[in-house]
Amino acid sequence: MNISTTGLPGSADVKPSIVVEGVTVRYGNGVTAVNDASFALGAGTICALVGINGSGKSTLFKTLMGFLKPARGSVSIAGLPVRQALKRGLVAYVPQAEEVDWSFPVLVEDVVMMGRYGHMGFLRIAGQADREAVEQALTRVNMLEFRKRQIGELSGGQRKRVFLARALAQGGQVILLDEPFTGVDVKTEDAIVALMRELRAEGRLMLVSTHNLGSIPDFCDQVVIINRTVLAAGPTQTTFTHDNLQRAFGGALRHFRLGGADLHDDDDQRHVTVITDDERPLVLYGKRESETLAPGKTNGAKTDGEKDPAP
Amino acid sequence: MNLIETWLIAPLAHEFMQRGLVVAVLVGVVCAVLSCFLILKGWSLMGDAVSHAVLPGIVLAQVAGLPLAAGAFVAGLGCALSIGYLKENSRVKEDTVMGIVFSGMFALGLVMFVKVDSDQHLLHVLFGNMLGVRWEDIAETAAIAVPTIAVMLAKRRDFLLLAFDPAHARAIGLPVRLLNFGLLMLLALTIVAALKAVGIILVVAMLIAPGAIGFLTTRRFDAMLAVAVTAATVSSVIGTILSYHLDGATGPCIVVVQAVFFLIALGLNLRRSARRAALA
Repeated sequence: MNISTTGLPGSADVKPSIVVEGVTVRYGNGVTAVNDASFALGAGTICALVGINGSGKSTLFKTLMGFLKPARGSVSIAGLPVRQALKRGLVAYVPQAEEVDWSFPVLVEDVVMMGRYGHMGFLRIAGQADREAVEQALTRVNMLEFRKRQIGELSGGQRKRVFLARALAQGGQVILLDEPFTGVDVKTEDAIVALMRELRAEGRLMLVSTHNLGSIPDFCDQVVIINRTVLAAGPTQTTFTHDNLQRAFGGALRHFRLGGADLHDDDDQRHVTVITDDERPLVLYGKRESETLAPGKTNGAKTDGEKDPAP
Repeated sequence: MNLIETWLIAPLAHEFMQRGLVVAVLVGVVCAVLSCFLILKGWSLMGDAVSHAVLPGIVLAQVAGLPLAAGAFVAGLGCALSIGYLKENSRVKEDTVMGIVFSGMFALGLVMFVKVDSDQHLLHVLFGNMLGVRWEDIAETAAIAVPTIAVMLAKRRDFLLLAFDPAHARAIGLPVRLLNFGLLMLLALTIVAALKAVGIILVVAMLIAPGAIGFLTTRRFDAMLAVAVTAATVSSVIGTILSYHLDGATGPCIVVVQAVFFLIALGLNLRRSARRAALA
């Protein structure tokens, strides 16, 4: 039998999707972390998950990975209940850098091989297909030459790419990325984004939790904005707006508005708004009611958001 | 050559030394394998807790006329599970819960031990009696230790992943709860297997030092396991023979040798880091 090296037989034919309907999640201590949240994402999507700390982003991730069961509502992944989707290896998770113990005695190739465990037998003995999948995944993220390194011997960007390779080796069709750009230089960020675009073109679905507001318009086609519930969800162009972000973040963000005389001497009513969650800032440009993303995206605004952005 | 013969081989002419050596190596190996998982999972203190908590189980089993190992196992597992339950369902932190549960159970065991007229020596329960073990005891230890080692080695990749990245383990559908419970069971079994030889107190050391030695000297888990098992085996041999010459307690001698190995491993590790820093 010809087994696909990127997933279970047939997992590549699965059309990835996430459908969250009226989901309420409560913790054991009675605290409701997420209330009546709904959104739906389809194949070939990169979606940003945006919200302040404590807004329920990680609760939502945990629910998608079956850690937490919703008290109400339903979650389905690729049309399956979460548990079945996990069993079929459809969901891959790329953890935050702080969640990983980098002193662990595992090599780069060992970590990527962990993506294959779901495809192996009871004793997790790697076969030819598993070794090939690991090699392909490492090649794809440009890390093959580092395969014998212990994971602590890598730079921040290399570490991130190892975990992306693991998701690829697993053949995950729905990839959850938790703060993928934290502690990563601009060059690596661009490389990761390029890879994510390729994966989107292959039809995979990526959900990215990020504080890096400024780069969201660059690569995310969908946005889900949450604060204990889904405040807004939809295409980046129409959803990732000043008003929605204002509702999500309230006063929790650094927020600068420069308009009128601060910017120019004529009577142009448009103004520049800079919003930052302490990473790459988001720059909006226009009149208050119709503020949209600044034309030409925001690539010039990779400055340190904590500094005064006024010219 | 002569030194090796007189120092190392001659003591083994005594049968009690042969038995001591066999049980020391057996216990050393099972503890070493488990210690690798414990220190990576951050469960070193769980070994401490479970080993102390077995005492009331031993006493109750004696009163009820059941095998001591069964009582010890139930008490040890009960301790681990109640720690988990209390941590989830109270606002007290895990180390606090652990400290209260195991010291409480240990104290209860001591109170019961003194009350119950026992043919056991308290010192033997606490520190083991390696040179006093009978072949039946060794058979019992082996019956527990060998399957325990086999399971740990066979499922080592799952346990490693569980320690390294439980979120990924769950995401690919591994039974995380069952694996956690399984590791606790293996811990309780290992402690039961080690009781006769090294006792409640010293098993804690054997559950930490070999893994720490392996961790400091290797970059890969299988190598870590190999180093830990080797270090534990050599320590058991040297410690047992040493105790004969010193006329000292065997368990503590083994633990002291392990501690020396740990210091050597630490020194090697520091030197290697320094050299790497100098190169960079």
